[in-house]
Amino acid sequence: MATIAEKILGKEVGEIVECEVDYVMVNDITGVPAFEVLEELFEVLEELAEGREAGGREAGGRETGGGETGGGETGGGETGVGIKREKVVVVQDHYVPSKDVASAEQAKALRDYARKYGIANYYEVGKEGSGICHQVMIEEGFAAPGRLIIGADSHTCSYGALGAFSTGVGSTEAAAAMATGRLWFKVPATQKFVVDGELARFVGGKDIILHILGEIGVSGSLYKSQEFYGTTIKNLCLSDRITISNMAVEAGAKAGIVPPDEKVFEFLQGRVRGDYKPVYADAVGDESDYEAVFEYDAAEIVPTVAKPFSPANTVPASELDVPVDQAYLGSCTNGRIEDFRVAAAILRGRKVSQEVRMIVVPASKRVFEQALDEGLIKIFLAAGAFVCGPTCGACLGGYLGVLASGEKCVSTTNRNFVGRMGHKDSEVYLANPAVVAASAVRGRITDPAEIAKMTKTKV
Amino acid sequence: MKTRVWKFGDDVDTDQIIPAEYLTTGDAKELATHAFAKSRPEFARKVKEGDVVVAGENFGCGSSREHAPRALLGAGVSCVVAKSFARIFFRNAINIGLPLVEADLCESVDEGDEVEMNFEAGVVRNLTKGEECKFKPLPEFMQRLLEWGGLVPYIKSGGGEKDKERK
Repeated sequence: MATIAEKILGKEVGEIVECEVDYVMVNDITGVPAFEVLEELFEVLEELAEGREAGGREAGGRETGGGETGGGETGGGETGVGIKREKVVVVQDHYVPSKDVASAEQAKALRDYARKYGIANYYEVGKEGSGICHQVMIEEGFAAPGRLIIGADSHTCSYGALGAFSTGVGSTEAAAAMATGRLWFKVPATQKFVVDGELARFVGGKDIILHILGEIGVSGSLYKSQEFYGTTIKNLCLSDRITISNMAVEAGAKAGIVPPDEKVFEFLQGRVRGDYKPVYADAVGDESDYEAVFEYDAAEIVPTVAKPFSPANTVPASELDVPVDQAYLGSCTNGRIEDFRVAAAILRGRKVSQEVRMIVVPASKRVFEQALDEGLIKIFLAAGAFVCGPTCGACLGGYLGVLASGEKCVSTTNRNFVGRMGHKDSEVYLANPAVVAASAVRGRITDPAEIAKMTKTKV
Repeated sequence: MKTRVWKFGDDVDTDQIIPAEYLTTGDAKELATHAFAKSRPEFARKVKEGDVVVAGENFGCGSSREHAPRALLGAGVSCVVAKSFARIFFRNAINIGLPLVEADLCESVDEGDEVEMNFEAGVVRNLTKGEECKFKPLPEFMQRLLEWGGLVPYIKSGGGEKDKERK
């Protein structure tokens, strides 16, 4: 009997296992240090390989989860030392288009490395498939059920929504995996989260994960894998599930996995690279495999806001009446077309408050195109929002919406730590897209139901 | 080695350790000049080689940026002692050779106390207060990684077997 995490990693809780990973993703911030370490490793490995026969390493607990990366071809020279280039995905997203000279140098260095090592899975500003790295990994068919994916970005856990075991690592580990195709993992214990019932209007995946964070805290899942079940999760669209898995790391979790279903298989049709094999927990009714089980009634979950300076510092949106200077719609957490539709439904025919700057950033070029096709961008512009192409941008205090001292931002992003979006004395309030849109209109943090009540126009 | 304590609370996130606007370099020394730039701006100026960071639960939560332990290493921090660590930070620190100790010192240690670490024996001696605290040493494998100064030098050593000068 085993959980999804245990089955993908192929060992029991607490054991250390060295596994073949399906993909290693790096971005413009973590990628350059990773390639620097990789080159250092090459020197070392070549030196070692000269005195040793190549290959012959014992296999770990799993085979690869399908895909196109099973062959383990390297780009190496005579010694067999080289990059596992078919496993590597490089995405320019954090500070591109470059915000200053330093970030331009960094993006250039990453571009040069990608060229030097012949990385085919390279995503450049504005090009087909480009966007925020996690949205790229999902849209471009790298993420799939049963796969083991690591990324040098903490929100790599997002792909759990598709049934993958995916987790964030540092640059040095990413480099080690780029060189060997493998990495060691300690098999985590799993916590089961069951959400049953029907969600109210304006309540979505963001509220579910914020609600859970409010209960378990930012270290409530430290070193654990989370698994999500229940009728509410089953009825959620994939985008909302991604929001939940995306923020698993905010509770300290290593992964946040939703058992894959028809919605996932349908999404992957014509998109996924190679084949994949869904992995499910044994005996779903049996809870003895889980370290803990948390149950929630969907009817009790309301539009929720995490106040500064912790994603677990949650209150119902209706209990806050905080004036905001900025409203941010975007990021890997809530920058998808479904999020844009929710926000546009509220902003249609309305204006963003004179006191508020609203910033809209699609998670990918595809989301941008679709939002254009559906007329959503026009709605945002008409409402008085600023719209730009995909970037991590202001979510991490980069650019395109950095906050001044004393400013407050209601944001669909994932973190509200001290100074996260700018000045140390600025504040970030995390919320769902409906709350952000409603707050942008009213100029204060607002439960979207209020906006619906205030006007005769249908939301 | 006698070192001075910098004390922090629970849930110290990596955005605090090294704010995102400084992530345009991976260089430890350069990053160190911006360590805790927003939450404790005096840290980078006043930290001395060998100083110890003492914190509560979940140290290093948030972003996976390896720049965070690099900044601490670059600042000369010889060890982080915390009640618990966020998992990505934990792995990153060991990989780059920044020693970590899991122990709850928050109650017994004050800012500026002088402490002496003994990693092998698993003992922290508080010289200011004349107290001792035991901790569970890291698994031997990780201790060896740390002795070599991280994953890359460890591999360079041929898995710690090569007879080379350790860090």
